[in-house]
Amino acid sequence: MSILIDEHTKIIVQGFTGKIGSFHAQEMIDYGSNVVGGVTPGKGGSTHLGLPVFNTVKDAVKETDAEASILFVPPSYAADSAMEAADAGIKVCVAITDGIPSHDMIKVKRYMRRYAKSEKMTMIGPNCAGIISPGKSMLGIMPGHIYKKGNVGIVGRSGTLGYEAASQMKELDIGVSTSVGIGGDPINGSSFRDVLARFEEDPDTDIILMIGEIGGPQEVDAGKFAKENMKKPVVAYIAGLTAPKGRVMGHAGAIVSAYGESAVEKVELLKESGVTISKNPSVIGDTIKSVLKGQI
Amino acid sequence: MDIHEYQAKKILSDFGIGIPRGGIAYSPENAEYKAKEIGGSRWVVKAQVHSGARGKAGGIIICNDALEVARAADKLLGKKLVTNQTGPSGKIINRVYIEEASDIERELYLGLVFDRGSECIMVVASTEGGMSVEEISNKKPETIIRSKIEAAVGIQEFQAREIAFNLGIETGLISRTAEVIEGCYRAFSELDATMVEVNPLVITKDKHVLALDCKMSFDNNALFRRNDVSELRDKSQENPSEVYASDRGLNYVGLDGNIGNIINGAGLAMASMDMIKSAGGEPANFLDIGGGATPEKIVKAFKLVSSDEKVKVILVNIFAGINRCDWVAEGIVQALQTIKIDMPLVIRLAGTNVEKGNKILKESNINYIEAHSLKEAASKAVEALKKIEVK
Repeated sequence: MSILIDEHTKIIVQGFTGKIGSFHAQEMIDYGSNVVGGVTPGKGGSTHLGLPVFNTVKDAVKETDAEASILFVPPSYAADSAMEAADAGIKVCVAITDGIPSHDMIKVKRYMRRYAKSEKMTMIGPNCAGIISPGKSMLGIMPGHIYKKGNVGIVGRSGTLGYEAASQMKELDIGVSTSVGIGGDPINGSSFRDVLARFEEDPDTDIILMIGEIGGPQEVDAGKFAKENMKKPVVAYIAGLTAPKGRVMGHAGAIVSAYGESAVEKVELLKESGVTISKNPSVIGDTIKSVLKGQI
Repeated sequence: MDIHEYQAKKILSDFGIGIPRGGIAYSPENAEYKAKEIGGSRWVVKAQVHSGARGKAGGIIICNDALEVARAADKLLGKKLVTNQTGPSGKIINRVYIEEASDIERELYLGLVFDRGSECIMVVASTEGGMSVEEISNKKPETIIRSKIEAAVGIQEFQAREIAFNLGIETGLISRTAEVIEGCYRAFSELDATMVEVNPLVITKDKHVLALDCKMSFDNNALFRRNDVSELRDKSQENPSEVYASDRGLNYVGLDGNIGNIINGAGLAMASMDMIKSAGGEPANFLDIGGGATPEKIVKAFKLVSSDEKVKVILVNIFAGINRCDWVAEGIVQALQTIKIDMPLVIRLAGTNVEKGNKILKESNINYIEAHSLKEAASKAVEALKKIEVK
């Protein structure tokens, strides 16, 4: 198994016919993801990359039974597209878009509260690399070949730092059950804690790597959740030990504005929750290896 | 994006919040004239820079006649104000705000921020105005009042009233204070702000509720729909290298060290900085060149990093995902043909087509130190720096 997506998950692409949407849709198809079509308002009825294009997400879901979607929609329309996906019954929606206003994300999250838990869409991102369940399906923009199939769940904010970790692991012959990028924005669809809870339930995941960074309370919350609710070990690396206070470090959400939001404080608080810390980014793979060995 | 105090005051005033009479001035003569125009017998001359803690740094001067106002303006204009928030180089004072002095009875704190935990807008208030919110939470945490606002329906009158009562406002001024809180909320939500801070919010002896100082910050991601806010940007208050970078689609933050960085991705950039530190060096900057590391972007990145006089060594760390290392390598080679870098250069490529990329670098005639892992890249950069320092 894996979390969120597997080889059976039917995927549609929102913003399908645009340059970026087309490129990544093709990459996902080449990886083996079950892409069944896409949505571009006004281009319904046509065919793109050999797949049907629909005007609305509802039409796409009706015709293809799609359960997952990925957004390549410009920032000014992305919130609207996410709400459209939620309303059409999409179960997992990955928003790749970088630059969605925070006020819009608050609106999206408020909008999604109208659905009962069983009907509610899981949103991943925005400003993320997406999800990959190696060997099964890729719903994202990552280079699929750097992920080996295995038993480590990865959840992180950053794209390239996640790649760095996955490739360190591959070199040590350690594989990944699913890797989830929750994105670098201050308000995101799913938190570290949400994803940890899913990994805890997944029989194919034995250990979880959490790649956090400065800013916001989510890493520390996830640590507390792990301590109270999880049996599986969690390894974490927090980027930004050298980041100055009060400055935005690339990701809109990477800013230290309160106690517990700097890398040093997060590391201390995570240790208190029993999370194993990778002391620097070059030993993420090694740290996981030693925790895995300890388990055996 | 940050704005000046006088700009924030104008915005709050448009949302119905009382502010002292005042005006902006660009010269001592202009300041004297403004003081006379405002009237009264006491004025405050306030340096307009993007920073708090201006009072302690000498950026706020109380004057008892119009001539003193001119002298105060003369003293401030054109100088750099160094506060505990500006860093040692300070920020240039290009304009001063002249305001009538208020007779203050009480000073309160009022702030609005995004609460990332609850994903709501949070109103924070305290009876201890005039101190920074960090200071209040250290010294008088029991005075802090927090109220979460549900964004879908906005602030309700009862919530604003409750905050006013909890601040111990006298009965006659409750509804006026509540209006101020509601006005701040509307400004926050209607203009895509990320922070509104009125500190202090004062009750004057003649029973007015006034915003005596205020700060506002806005969501950069929402500026596309906020022309009126975008116009308020003052690039003179930003680090010139950061302005250069942001105008060219690069994400740059200047730091104090001497190892320059060129990285793709914000997380990897922070991790590379941490790795430099862990190898015994100090990063000179944060720089994320983004996903599409085109030759043009790489040239701009090299120009930017090498223009920092502190930089003695440059470290390039690219993890090619959708990008390909051979393209990135070609970009680096092209970049180094365009600009001359006469300092040690450590390059680490990883990801898609890494062998091809390293081959291109090797076969070019550029002078660089090759690294194969994050750890090796950082330690080679620190080694190269030590060699220079020995010389």
